[in-house]
Amino acid sequence: MADKITLGYTHLSGCTGCTVALADNYAGLLTLLDKYVDLKYMPTLADARHIQKVDVSFVEGSVCINDKLAVQEIKETREKSAIVVALGGCACYGNITRFSRGGQQNQPAHEAYLPIGDLIKVDVFIPGCAPTPQMIRNVAVMAYLLLKGTKEQKDLATAFLTPLMKLTEKNEACFCELMTQVINQGLCMGCGTCAAACPVNAITMEYGKPQGERDLCIKCGACYSQCPRSFFSFDVVENYEAINEAIMAALQ
Amino acid sequence: MGAELGKYKSVVSARSTDKELLKHAQDGGIVTSLFAYALEEGIIDGAIVAASKEFAAKNPSKVMLDNSNFDMIEPWRPIPAIVNTKAELLAAAGTKYNISPNVALLKEATRAFGLDKIGIVGTPCQMQAVRKAQLYPIGFRDVGASIALAVGIFCMENFPYQSILQLVEDHAAMKLESVKKMEIGKGKFWVYGKRGQVVQLPLKVTHKYEQPGCHVCLDYVANLGDISTGSVGSPDGWSTVFVRSKIGDSVWAKAMAAGVFETQPIEKVKPGLELVTKLANEKITKNKATLEARKTFGVGKALRNPYI
Repeated sequence: MADKITLGYTHLSGCTGCTVALADNYAGLLTLLDKYVDLKYMPTLADARHIQKVDVSFVEGSVCINDKLAVQEIKETREKSAIVVALGGCACYGNITRFSRGGQQNQPAHEAYLPIGDLIKVDVFIPGCAPTPQMIRNVAVMAYLLLKGTKEQKDLATAFLTPLMKLTEKNEACFCELMTQVINQGLCMGCGTCAAACPVNAITMEYGKPQGERDLCIKCGACYSQCPRSFFSFDVVENYEAINEAIMAALQ
Repeated sequence: MGAELGKYKSVVSARSTDKELLKHAQDGGIVTSLFAYALEEGIIDGAIVAASKEFAAKNPSKVMLDNSNFDMIEPWRPIPAIVNTKAELLAAAGTKYNISPNVALLKEATRAFGLDKIGIVGTPCQMQAVRKAQLYPIGFRDVGASIALAVGIFCMENFPYQSILQLVEDHAAMKLESVKKMEIGKGKFWVYGKRGQVVQLPLKVTHKYEQPGCHVCLDYVANLGDISTGSVGSPDGWSTVFVRSKIGDSVWAKAMAAGVFETQPIEKVKPGLELVTKLANEKITKNKATLEARKTFGVGKALRNPYI
C-alpha cells in the first residue's frame, strides 16, 4: 500500500530480545503491518538479504568495530534510511557489550563494541533492556504520523518524539546518570521510578533516594530515561489520555 | 479555572460516610474510602500505598524493602506497600510528611504480586511519573494498561526522613513514637501527640528542611491524577476533590451512587477554591523562579532543566 511507511530492521550485536519485544505487541504488530508499516528488511522475519532503502530503520545491537561487515552494515543503514532508531540498550548505549574485551574463541580479536551513535548520526532512541513492546509500538505509530499524517498529527508526533530525539545527544548510560544528572543536579524527588525501571534490581530506595548497586548495573539506560526528572514534557504528558486513546484507536 | 489547577471535570468538597474510617483518616478519608470501594467492586485488585513500620513487620510479603531490616524502619517513615483489603488500607491511612517512593513498586505489582488492575496513590510528581511511564514506557513493560486508578494528593513540598526527625524531635520536642498525627495547614506545621498535646511550628522553620527536588515542581493539586484530593479549600475533616480523567469520572460517579461519600458544592464551603488557586499559584510562581535561576546558576553555566 502506498500509504504505508517502509521499515527496515538491522540486527547487529544484539540478542534478538528487541525483536521479541516488537513481536510482543501481539495483534498490535499485525495491525501495524496491515495498516501502517511495510517491512522491507528484517533478517529474522523476512528473506530480503541486503539492507533496503526505507523510511525508518530500527537498529538492534551495538557495533563490533573489529567486524568489517558490522561496520559496513551500520553505515549502509544510515545511508539508506530517512530515520534511524536505535532500539534497545545495546544500540543506544552499548549496554552489556560495554563489558566486552575480547579474548574468546573463535574471534579473540572481537573486543571493541560501540553504540551505533558513535559511528553514525541516530535520530531517535528507544532505551531499555529489553525495550518495551508499548514504546516500540508508540514510536512506530508516531513515525507513521510524522511521515504520513496531517499537519496536526505531524505536530503531535514531533512533540512526542522530541524527548527521544534529545536522548541521542549522549551515548553513555549507567546508574551513575541518576547521580550526575538528577541527584547531583538537585532534581531528585524520590518517586522510585528508577528502582522499578531497572531490569536487574540494581536500585533500591534508601530514605527515599536511589542507591545503586553498580556492579549489578548493566548500563542499559532505563533508569535515567524513565526518571520523570530526566525529561518531562508538559505539552505531551498532560495530554496522556488523548494520546493513549489515539494510539489505541490507531491499532484497532 | 486557571491552568494552575490542571484539567478537571468536577470539583467538590467531600468526606467519607464511613465514620469508623474517618477516625483513621488525615482529612475526609477520600483515598482510603475510594480504594476500599474500588477493591470491593473489583475496579482494582490491589493498591500501592504508603504503609508503616508496623504494617511492614506484619506483612513482609506486601512490601519491597530496601537494604534495611524491620528494626531499622523508624516510626513515621513510610514504606511503599501493596494492600488488598480495607483493613490493610486503614493501616496505611494518614499523611507521612517524608518521601515514600511508591512508584518503586509499580512494576513489581504486575509481576510477583500478579495485579491486573492497580490502584496507586501518590504526590503530584509521582502522578507525573506514572503518566510518563504510560506514554514512554522504557522500563515499564506491560504496566501502563494495568493502572486502573491513580489518585493524586495535593503537595506543597516534601521532606527527607531526617528532616521530619529534626522538626519533630528537636523543634517540636516530641518523640516520634508518641506522635499521633502531623499536619501542615493554616500556615503552621502541627504535631499532635498521643496524649493530647499539640505543638505548632511556623512554616518558616521548616523551609530549610524541604527536599531540594521539590523546588522545581510545578504541580500543586496533582494535575495528572485520575482523581486528586487534599485538605486545602475544605473545612477540617473534609477534603477538596478534583475529578479529572474519564476513569476518575466513572469511578467517582459509581462511588457516589453507592453512598461512599457525602459532598458539598465547593462554592459553598470556606475557604474554597480561591485558597487552592492562591496556593497553587504561589507554589508554581516560586518554583518557576527557581527554574529560571538555575539557567544562570554558574558563571556561563546552567543547571539542567528537565522540562522540555
